[in-house]
Amino acid sequence: MKTPAATPDLHADGLRRDEARERLALLGLSAPALLLVAVTMIVPVAWLFGLSFLSDSGQLSLEHYRRMLEQPSYGRTFAMTFKVSALTTAICIAAGYPLAFVMSQLPRRAANLCMIAVLLPFWTSLLVRTYAWLVLLQRKGLINEWGMRLGWWDEPLALVHNLTGTLIGMVHIMLPFLVLPLLGAMRAIDADLLKAASSLGATPARAFRTVFLPLSLPGLAAGALIVFILCLGFYVTPAVLGGGKVIMVSNQIANDIELFFNWGAASALGAVLLVLTLALLGAATRLLRLDRVLGGTH
Amino acid sequence: MAMQRPAVPITARGLRKHYGPVRALDDVDLDVQAGEFLTLLGPSGSGKTTLLMVLAGFLRPDQGSLRFGADEVVRLAPHKRDIGMVFQNYALFPHMDVAANIAYPLRLRGMSGAELRRRVEAALNTVQLDGYGARRIDALSGGQRQRVALARAIVFEPRIVLMDEPLSALDKQLRERMQIELRRLHDKLGTTTIYVTHDQREALTMSDRIAVINGGRIMQLDAPRALYERPANRFVAEFIGESCLLKVDVAASRTQCHCAGQMLGLSQAAGAPGPAWLMLRPERLQILAPDASAPAGLNVLQARVTDSVYQGDSFLLQAQLADGSAISARGIAGAAALAAMPAVGDKVGLVFRFEDAVLLAHEEA
Repeated sequence: MKTPAATPDLHADGLRRDEARERLALLGLSAPALLLVAVTMIVPVAWLFGLSFLSDSGQLSLEHYRRMLEQPSYGRTFAMTFKVSALTTAICIAAGYPLAFVMSQLPRRAANLCMIAVLLPFWTSLLVRTYAWLVLLQRKGLINEWGMRLGWWDEPLALVHNLTGTLIGMVHIMLPFLVLPLLGAMRAIDADLLKAASSLGATPARAFRTVFLPLSLPGLAAGALIVFILCLGFYVTPAVLGGGKVIMVSNQIANDIELFFNWGAASALGAVLLVLTLALLGAATRLLRLDRVLGGTH
Repeated sequence: MAMQRPAVPITARGLRKHYGPVRALDDVDLDVQAGEFLTLLGPSGSGKTTLLMVLAGFLRPDQGSLRFGADEVVRLAPHKRDIGMVFQNYALFPHMDVAANIAYPLRLRGMSGAELRRRVEAALNTVQLDGYGARRIDALSGGQRQRVALARAIVFEPRIVLMDEPLSALDKQLRERMQIELRRLHDKLGTTTIYVTHDQREALTMSDRIAVINGGRIMQLDAPRALYERPANRFVAEFIGESCLLKVDVAASRTQCHCAGQMLGLSQAAGAPGPAWLMLRPERLQILAPDASAPAGLNVLQARVTDSVYQGDSFLLQAQLADGSAISARGIAGAAALAAMPAVGDKVGLVFRFEDAVLLAHEEA
């Protein structure tokens, strides 16, 4: 146990400089992505936001926002947007939860096949899928033809150019966004937990309700929120399958620009939708402790 | 918390579970006495976990009978079997606090209010976790989770407790302390308990009896000491403890055998003359000092030292008999023994009592 004659150089400054250099290098790597986000997201959104406060004559004014409050058609558009989004989310939950549950219980191979089936729609463009639904659902479409030929109904059902058609198309497109996070949460649930519940005396239904369901809720909340928020900005499907009866905010924005060249009004709509969406996200975060949901499964 | 209900015996007959050509359970018969602590011991893939899963009802056997007391339960759903189970990874409900986890089986049985709280408190006290009721599961250490899992498994006074390698995730010191605690708890409650482990020392420490399992069959079911001293076959001899197996030839008298040109006495007459295995435990062999003469009434094997290893508390001497077969002897590493330790190449005499050698049938391995 001898102390060295001279204290060796402990390199404190050098080590700190190395650390700083590494951090700078990491920042450099993410710079292209940051730049892209700035150019394609932040700048245009800020620009549109600015436009919304300019009147048609280029003066600073709240005219677009005032019109939104005064004209009931805007209120109806927002109501329709939230109604369609809420219904789509609800149907996705009703269809997606059992699907995800079955997939989570299947052996790995079968589950992967199911996963491919769920993801299959992503391989085709959204527009193609939407028009495909038109072919299936219209008055003389495949479903009505066969339904009547088999004698299941006599008159063609109004399956498209209305809310029904819009919902069918949107649920089809949105389902994977619900199933993927939900399945992730369900897969993370230890199978032994259900065995434990069962050995302690819980019937399968009781074990599901008291153990599986509560543990899958964070995944369900994450999926439902993703679906709902994506629905709020949906354009193509309501435009094609809604037949002019389902006017959502994005359709209104398109109209304002394409028919009336009113960038200010369109921007104001976009701004309101953005604020509403952010407010919703904020509320959901507080209610559901979403920071924990998005941060991990437990 | 004394057990109110009498302990029940478990009777299994002809339990079979095949996966294609793999025999996970090969017509297993098992009798567990009421109130017994029985361990299923075996290497991984031996079928011990399969057997436990069949007992718990999580796995449906191809055929067989299983009785808890007088009740046939082989077709009974797991939630109707009245079993407290402790899982390898504890399987505590992460969305409930400690008290809610322990209260879970009581609530399922319709209990609530003061009686529920009293029982939960009592269970927490039994596992020495008083005051932990409001803790979150992820705020507990491994040992504490283990205790909560245990409390949850016993709080509803099940007729049988099953434990699936419950200590394997704990570090060595905690594991050894929990072994003693589990055993003490069992003595207090008196519930019939089946414990699965691949750790032979754990099995020897805790069990009333041990069932050694391999290839889906019970190789031997015996008390720890009998299992170690009198293994019934080669698998048990090699699986439990250290052992040397020597090829011997039983003489016509059946009370002696030839081993590498030397004659050894047997404590019990062999079943039949001819080839057999002789099992010796390294720690039962004594090294004869070079100048000492062979003591009367003991067996002596002459061997040549091939290696000697110092292992702290003990030393291991490896040696070769005249016919080349390997043998080893273990001794306490006391000062005198270390000073007298033979060198590689030395000739030594290895001495053992007749009853320390176990003759095993010569099966083709």
